[in-house]
Order: sequence, then C-alpha cells, then structure tokens
Amino acid sequence: MTIPSTVIEVEATPGGDPVLAESLESRPAAGRKLLHGFLTDVPAMLSLGYIVLILLMAIFAPLIVLVSGWGPYEFDQTAIDPNMGAIPLGPFGGISAEHWFGVEPGSGRDIFARIAYGARVSMTVALSATFLTTILGVVFGLLAGYFGGWIDTAISRVMEFLMAFPALIFMIAILSALPSDNRIVLLVVVISLFGWPYLARIVRSQTLSLKEREFVESARASGASGAHIVFREILPNLTSTIVVMATLAVPGYIGTEAGLSFLGVGVVPPTPSWGQMIAAAAPWYAVDPMYFLIPGMFLFLLVLSFTTLGDRIRALIGSSEVRA
Amino acid sequence: MIRFLGSRVLGMLVVLFLVTLFTYVIFFVLSPDPAVQICGKNCTPERIEQIRANLGLDLPFWQQFWEYISGLFTGREYVVAGAVVTCPAPCLGYSFQTGQLVSEMIVQRLPISATIAIGAAILWLIGGLIGGVLSAVHEGRFTDKFFAGLTLGAMSIPNYVLALVLQFVLVVALGWLPFPQAVPFAEDPGQWFLNFLMPWIVLAVGYAAVYTRLTRANVIETLQENFVRTANAKGLSSSLVWRRHALRPALTPIVTIFGMDIAGLLGGAVITETVFGLNGVGKLTADSISSNDQPVIMAVTLLSAFFVIVGNLVVDLLYTAIDPRVRTAARA
Repeated sequence: MTIPSTVIEVEATPGGDPVLAESLESRPAAGRKLLHGFLTDVPAMLSLGYIVLILLMAIFAPLIVLVSGWGPYEFDQTAIDPNMGAIPLGPFGGISAEHWFGVEPGSGRDIFARIAYGARVSMTVALSATFLTTILGVVFGLLAGYFGGWIDTAISRVMEFLMAFPALIFMIAILSALPSDNRIVLLVVVISLFGWPYLARIVRSQTLSLKEREFVESARASGASGAHIVFREILPNLTSTIVVMATLAVPGYIGTEAGLSFLGVGVVPPTPSWGQMIAAAAPWYAVDPMYFLIPGMFLFLLVLSFTTLGDRIRALIGSSEVRA
Repeated sequence: MIRFLGSRVLGMLVVLFLVTLFTYVIFFVLSPDPAVQICGKNCTPERIEQIRANLGLDLPFWQQFWEYISGLFTGREYVVAGAVVTCPAPCLGYSFQTGQLVSEMIVQRLPISATIAIGAAILWLIGGLIGGVLSAVHEGRFTDKFFAGLTLGAMSIPNYVLALVLQFVLVVALGWLPFPQAVPFAEDPGQWFLNFLMPWIVLAVGYAAVYTRLTRANVIETLQENFVRTANAKGLSSSLVWRRHALRPALTPIVTIFGMDIAGLLGGAVITETVFGLNGVGKLTADSISSNDQPVIMAVTLLSAFFVIVGNLVVDLLYTAIDPRVRTAARA
C-alpha cells in the first residue's frame, strides 16, 4: 500500500488543502530513517542546540543569576555615568566581567540577568500557547472533519469568524481593556484564542480524507466505536502534521508575545521580557546600541531556530515518505 | 454570479456585526468606567452621575449598543461640557480625551497608513516575485539555497528589531540617510521619500520572504503541470511557455494573498508606525491604548475588521475574474 506523498503546507495552498498520506507498514523503518536524517541535519541540530540552550537558561535562571552575581531587579548605580545622561560606563554598553552583557542605561540593571529571566516569559508564553492551540486545533479539527454535518458547519463558521478578525489589533484591544493581574496567563489565552483555527483547518481537511480510507472502513465494519476510530485510527496518522504545525507555530507565538510586550500591552515591568527590553532600548538606539542589539539578537535567533527546525522536520518527513 | 455576490455580502455584514458586538461587549464589560476618566481629579459622585447620564452610560447594554450601531448609519449627538457636538454618519464615536470626533482623527491619519502600505507592497511584490522565480528556475542550486536562507532570516527578524538596526546602521553609523523629519510631499519630495524609505523596507522584508516562498512553490508546481509539458513538447519557445502558460497560473494565488495583505495593512501597521513615529492609524491605535481612549480603540478595531472583510470580498471577485476555473465553479 503505497500512497503518493504530499507536502504539509501551512498557508501556501489556497483552494486545495493538502492530503496526508503515509505508508503504514514501514512505520518503524521510516521512523529510524527519519531520526537518522534528523540527527545528521546540520541546520536542524544547530537550531535544536540553541533552543535547548535558551530552555536551560529559562529553567535555571535563578541559579545562573547567582553565578553571574546580579539579579534582574537590582540597580547598579556604579555601572552608569550620572554626568553623561546615565549611559553605561565602559565600551559596548558596559560589558565587563561584572556585567556580562552590560547594563541598562538609566537604571544600571544587569542585562544578562534580564535576558535570562526574559527567556522564561518567552518560553512559557510560547510553549503554553502552542500546547493550548494544538489541543484545541486537534480536537475541533477532528470533530469537524469526522462528524461533519452541523458540527462541521458550526466549527467552520467559528473558525472563519476568528480568522477574519484583525487579530493583532484585537489582541491589543483585549489586553489593554483587561485588568493586568496575571499577564502571562492572559497572553496565552488571547494568543490561543486566535491561533487554533489555523491548525484546526488543516486537521479537519486531513481527517476528511482519512476517514474515507480502507483502514477506517474496516475498523468501522468490525464494530469499532466513533471514539476508537478517531483516537486510534485517525489521530496516529496525523502525528507528523501536528508535530510540524506545532513547531512552526512556536516562533509565531514568540514573536507575538514579544511584539505585544514591545507595544506595552504584554508583560508589564518590572518583569523582564525581551520585547519589552527592546521597547525600552528604542530611545537609546543611537547612544547605546548594545542595549537593543542583545535582546534583539536573542529574540531573532530563537524565532529563526524554531522556524528552521519546523522547516527541516517538514522537509525530512516529506522526503522520507517519498522514499518509503 | 449575483446570487454568489449577494450571499458573500450578507455573510460579510454578519461577520462585521459580530465583530462590533464582540468588541463592544469586551469594552462594556471589562473596561474601567469612562465617566470616571472624563471627570478627572476633582470629582463628586453627582458629577459622575451627570456625565453618565449625558453619555447614556446609565442605559442598559442593548440600548447603548443600539445607539452605537445606529450612530454608524444615521449619526448621533454628544453633549460635551454643555455644548452639543454633532457626529455625522458614519459616527464612530467621540474621543473625550482629545476632544475630537473619532472619524476625523482616523481620516487625518489614513493617508499616511495608505502611503506606508502601498510603498511597502510595491517593494515586497517586486522582491518576492523576482526572488521566487529565480529560486524556482535554479531549484536545488546555489541561488535557490541562497534565497531559502535569506527568507528564513527575513521571516524571523521582528520588524521593530530590524527598524532599530536599520536606523542605527543607515542613520547613525553610516550617515547615508538623514534623521526622519515630518515633511509633506509637496514641500520636499526628496526628504519625504527618504523618510518613508526605512518604514517601507522594514514592513516589506517579512512579506517579501513569504512571497518568495509562495512564488517559488507555485512556479515549481506549475512547471510540472501537463499543459506546460504540452506547450514545451509542441515546440514553443521557452520564453513564450513562461509568459503564456507558466506564470499566469503560478501567480494567480498571489493576487489573493496580496489583496488580503494590503487590506490588513490599511488598518495601520501598528509596530512600524510606532517605531518610526509616523502618525498613521497604527500609531493612533498604539497611542489610544496607552491613554486608554476606548472610543478610538473600538473604532480602529472595527475599521481594521472592515478592511480585512471587504478586502476578502474584493479579492474573491478578482480571483473569479482572473481564473477561469473558479469562474465556472462559481457559476455552477
């Protein structure tokens, strides 16, 4: 049973949605080949390395800060020059053995510590939002695709409605209207609310084609329940799609969180976030470029790594299916 | 065709109504009392009551919503500090913080947002098409890989970071561009152009990357189609095959996305306008958020939704006109 493979394309296929096809018999062999291909792929490995580094930095931020010596909320008045408009002392934004990435102009807070704590916000928001959108997208996509009828109509209408929304402006509006008690949870909820239809749409269309296949029909003929068919027969065939979509969703959410924080409606000070740091650095760009370059670089590399990783996984799955 | 158009317009109105309702509910339920904000520091409970009555804030929710909706079509009147302010249709509300009609504030800023959107669109369309076609022609070779890396980077850099890097490099470090100053086009076209150059580039880079990928994928797919093979087989020159047979079907889907992207940007490029201090609709959004000016936020949200939804409709119609396959499907 060999089925022609297709590319899992996110938005690039207006009109015709992709159909997932996978050879079921050669699953273990294909899996090994996939893993080997993945481990020998240089861009994928570099990206994964950077992501792991940032994850470790986020998890162990309190410990790392103990080693580096300065916490994210401590002001170091000795590192800035009060006579020069409080710009950092020393070259490159005050980079020294004392302050590894220099200090913030004006306040003298340690940039390294704020980067480490900012990684926590980025990762928490992006990974939680990805988790939530994946669950919502898979559940609603499966429901709409498998059951069809009025369930499909209702879910599809809601998805169209959410996708017609000017999401960024609306997120800004909601976040500015809501009280600012727990911004991180709020960010995750708002991002997920507008994020899930993009995954659900693809899960739905693949479910539509999968449910017509022989193995689903034979399961149904042998008396399997609807839940069994959905979770045991259809869902496993969607795994690679879901993995790719989820990986490619993460950079979008990292960017959204940073952008919202940059605009001042995301994470509120004093909690550090990369986007917020860049916003704070903007007025200083001419006198202290390191202040925006450091968080900008971390943010850029993280988004780039997740995008590259998602791209490589997609390419590898695509090519292994062709060969299988 | 008329039935198709009718159902699309109806669906569009329903979505617009839902967006209005949704936005209104959020501001009605969640936001702090505007009367308290207007009243300011020396406030008495009687004064607040008076303001609430003036603004109709003491009315039940549905009545207030109805006033807002009917104001969009027939206009309405506000009592501000004893004087009556008429807000002609389409009335998007009155900003008590700036003392201006919201529709006037938006109309003043719309040309700037349109300038930014259109300039950037020209850049990214040209860049994306050239990059995409070149990648497709050299599929798997150096040019293709070069553009693949470039698009990955361009897609990953947040536009506010790019804006700061460009400003630092081009203005501060190299001095190639002057510091941006607000100059009207008629006064000094050269300075005007240089002012908009960086915003255009910053906005265009991300889109150009997406268009490059899309064009590449579409062109490669089309080149494998049977009708292209037939055209090649019957001995047409390769430039004729490209122009007549390959490019048109490959570029049709791009029209759809292009229309949607422009429509999305007319509602304001919030981040780009904020970074460069350009007084467009996006900057207005950002400013009204920091000052919590709800009538403005509400109006901008509605306006953006309007542009996106109308853009969607226009693109669908255009698409039907360009692609014969869709035309027959719509007629059937």
